[in-house]
Amino acid sequence: MIHVSNLSKTFTLHNQGGATIEVLAGCGLEVAAGECVALTGMSGAGKSTVMRILYGNYLAASGEVVIGGTDLTRAEPREILALRRSTLGYVSQFLRVVPRVPTLDVVAEPLLLNGATPEAAQAAARAMLARLNVPERLWTLSPTTFSGGEQQRINVARGFVHPYPALLLDEPTASLDGTNREVVLDLIDGAKGRGAAIVGIFHDEGARRRVADREIDVTRFAPGEAA
Amino acid sequence: MTPLLSARAITKRYGPHIGCADVSFDLYPGEVMGIVGESGSGKTTLLNCLAGQLDPDSGAVVFDTRVDGPRDTRKMSEPERRMLGRTDWAFVHQHARDGLRMNVSAGGNVGERLMAVGARRYATIRAEAAEWLERVEIDPARIDDRPTTFSGGMQQRLQIARNLVTGPRLVFMDEPTGGLDVSVQARLLDLLRGLVRGMGLSAIVVTHDLAVVRLLADRLMVMKGGHVVEAGLTDQVLDDPQHPYTQLLVSSVLQV
Repeated sequence: MIHVSNLSKTFTLHNQGGATIEVLAGCGLEVAAGECVALTGMSGAGKSTVMRILYGNYLAASGEVVIGGTDLTRAEPREILALRRSTLGYVSQFLRVVPRVPTLDVVAEPLLLNGATPEAAQAAARAMLARLNVPERLWTLSPTTFSGGEQQRINVARGFVHPYPALLLDEPTASLDGTNREVVLDLIDGAKGRGAAIVGIFHDEGARRRVADREIDVTRFAPGEAA
Repeated sequence: MTPLLSARAITKRYGPHIGCADVSFDLYPGEVMGIVGESGSGKTTLLNCLAGQLDPDSGAVVFDTRVDGPRDTRKMSEPERRMLGRTDWAFVHQHARDGLRMNVSAGGNVGERLMAVGARRYATIRAEAAEWLERVEIDPARIDDRPTTFSGGMQQRLQIARNLVTGPRLVFMDEPTGGLDVSVQARLLDLLRGLVRGMGLSAIVVTHDLAVVRLLADRLMVMKGGHVVEAGLTDQVLDDPQHPYTQLLVSSVLQV
């Protein structure tokens, strides 16, 4: 489902003396349907960079990133957006939403974009928010003023409300209490069960051991190391 | 898929100065493209060339018309181009007063566009105008008031209603939130986003405000000195800019 080969990434800071920072070289990754792969390595090793390249948010310097048959390094913007709409979900650490849009609509949006009726989308969004223990009195409010843990759960709800065949999870259990952490881990298990290919970053070691089938230390893709 | 609009090597000079040079792109149905750059970068010149408000020195602007398929709008007759401007195209100006008739009532401003495409029954036109005022969050009770009695934000929303009432397929917007308070901007953006997504419109939005494009645009073109220096998926261009100028632009935004 997710296929990465020979990926490299450099940042050139033109306005800071043209400094060039090489972050990744010779990065390869295969994730099959129903499999969860955890990226490990110290802070700054490039875990988030890999995730962002997989989402098409960062531009690869070279290599191939094929998800659901689309090569993100060569795709047009509209092809990447189509992939994100139907196939590739992303639970980030930060919630970025349009001001004034109620939580329920934020969560229902991925379903609406995939052709669900407004009623079906709202019903699924309600069920997901209830499952993640987001109090019902918050559903009609915009999540912009919510606490960190609440925003995190809105992010998770958005990522799991539609059955994306590929999922990227950046610290999905960070800032969650024990109960909600369990709910999220169950959601991940469920997604694997229906055949989703998952790449995740989990600093929470217990969570990682429970859901990840394999670990890949991105340190080995550091430039200069044997690739 | 046929692009809705194809720009081919658009060039416009002002004497020895470059307005915009050799700009080409394809815009597909449902896509929203942002054009960003500092003042003088040529973004408004380009928009005006695309929308037929300014004739470029060279290049082609090919639009996929409903009846005849793709046609170069520069080679159309004047009546044909005017008809396009009233039906499939809409233009939202930075200053609402450039896009509104200030001495005609709000309802009249919206209804006029409907009459231009053949609506004749007064009751229908008035009902539709009232419905559109509501969609852009203007109290329908103000239907007989002139835009001169409206606030800047209300005028801008009225201009949007006037433009969208005929169900265009392509909307050109020049700094749609320029000159408005931040709180009014957020409301307008939310409204625009809902309308654009809900109606499946294609749009080209010129702005110098990166927050506006992040919210509205699927893809981005960055202009400097009349040239396109970088283009791509909006979040990719903003989060991983490649060109020195784009890096400068993105890093210059003040964090709130």
